[in-house]
Amino acid sequence: MKNTFFGYRRENGRVGIRNHVVILPLDDLSNAACEAVANNVKGTLAIPHAYGRLQFGEDLDLHFRTLIGAGSNPNVAAVVVIGIEPLWTDRIVQGIAQTGKPVAGFAIEKNGDLNTICAASRKAMEFMQLASEYQRTECDVKELWVSTKCGESDTTSGIATNPTVGNAYDKLYAKGNTLLFGETTELTGGEHLVLERCANDQVRKDFQFFFDKYMKVVDDHKTNDLSDSQPTKGNIEGGLTTIEEKALGNIQKIGRKAPIVGCLDKAVTPTGPGLWFQDSSSAAAEMVTLCAASGFVVHFFPTGQGNIIGNPILPVIKLCSNPRTLRTMSEHFDVDVSGLLRREIDMDQAGDKLLDMMVRTANGRMTAAEVLGHREFIMTKLYESA
Amino acid sequence: MAIDFLVHEAADGVGVAVVEGLKANQEITGWVMKEDQTLKIKIISDIPIGHKIALKDFTAGDTVIKYNTDIGKVVAPIKKGEHLHVHNVKTKRW
Repeated sequence: MKNTFFGYRRENGRVGIRNHVVILPLDDLSNAACEAVANNVKGTLAIPHAYGRLQFGEDLDLHFRTLIGAGSNPNVAAVVVIGIEPLWTDRIVQGIAQTGKPVAGFAIEKNGDLNTICAASRKAMEFMQLASEYQRTECDVKELWVSTKCGESDTTSGIATNPTVGNAYDKLYAKGNTLLFGETTELTGGEHLVLERCANDQVRKDFQFFFDKYMKVVDDHKTNDLSDSQPTKGNIEGGLTTIEEKALGNIQKIGRKAPIVGCLDKAVTPTGPGLWFQDSSSAAAEMVTLCAASGFVVHFFPTGQGNIIGNPILPVIKLCSNPRTLRTMSEHFDVDVSGLLRREIDMDQAGDKLLDMMVRTANGRMTAAEVLGHREFIMTKLYESA
Repeated sequence: MAIDFLVHEAADGVGVAVVEGLKANQEITGWVMKEDQTLKIKIISDIPIGHKIALKDFTAGDTVIKYNTDIGKVVAPIKKGEHLHVHNVKTKRW
């Protein structure tokens, strides 16, 4: 792996690998105006989503953290926020402004969609032309914040594809990168192995807290043993039988070397390098959106049966080792590690192959998900709105 | 030697088919990754790619070990070489 790549140095010192000008809705009602602005101003990126009205308490806090975090992500050069009313819109604007990047807010009430679209389009045009002159500069690879989550896993995930991520994570940990994993329910059956990796008693206590909290959600709402949901229908088709088996494969992604330095609530940003756990759903788009909101700039996504997820601001590098999946839906994968199953390559070579693709992606190579237009931005919602 | 199935550790009671088209009554070759051993087994079911092969006989109530760790309980008898999946193994959790 090369030690440097060319990225975008942001006002707050963080480094991004994309240069998006984002048109960000505060709420569901503002999606139409955001999409109209993105249509007017070529090269900008609207990120429509489903929520933002009458949320309250912890769920509302998470909504704000997710939107402010997404706008603050170093892969984003500048942001136009549009909301139905000005006050919560300004809360998002002020949150993103902490990074020092250009951001402006527009409210629809007392203006209507058309005047809002006109004013927001003019600002978006200014931001787009500004960002188009930003230059990539040489940066140390250790400045990449790397997250991981697997999806539509099968038994080949646990044998080959997830350990490839683990091998890469071990190497990135040695360099001093900031690393993230999560998927709380998907550690069930292997939680003792995660606890063994925690750096100290406080981290162990925090992990146990998040794990127990999620188990209560499952216990409170389940109507069966969760078969077909966790593991999913696709997991079962791919040969995974129980959540325990799926979890033991999942945990391979964190490698063998890095201690877990801290546990984070959803969409909370790490405060230093090392391997972090984030409490999160195991649904791919929800979890990857939380990674984007936490400031991660590149994502490793191993899959067995072929989850096709992408994210609008966090490039998702997809790797696979299942030969049937690679044959039937090859356009979705960036890294083929099926040679592991045939004993043609070893784990060290597979990890290096992934890290090479990471550097190429950081330098600007578009991922399969980016080229195919996968922009799943899915907010985690904790409970009903008021 | 071409490998038909993989086993994580020698302590495991199951292997995983890593090639397509394994048919009942075939003798297939496996590799135990941790201990770097090879083994042969005659399968008595068709095994789709990614699916598990019982490496020994199990009776209801037995624990299935993979990654040298408990992955669930046997709910119907399974013979050595048979397909082991959701029809005969269930989670112990939830």
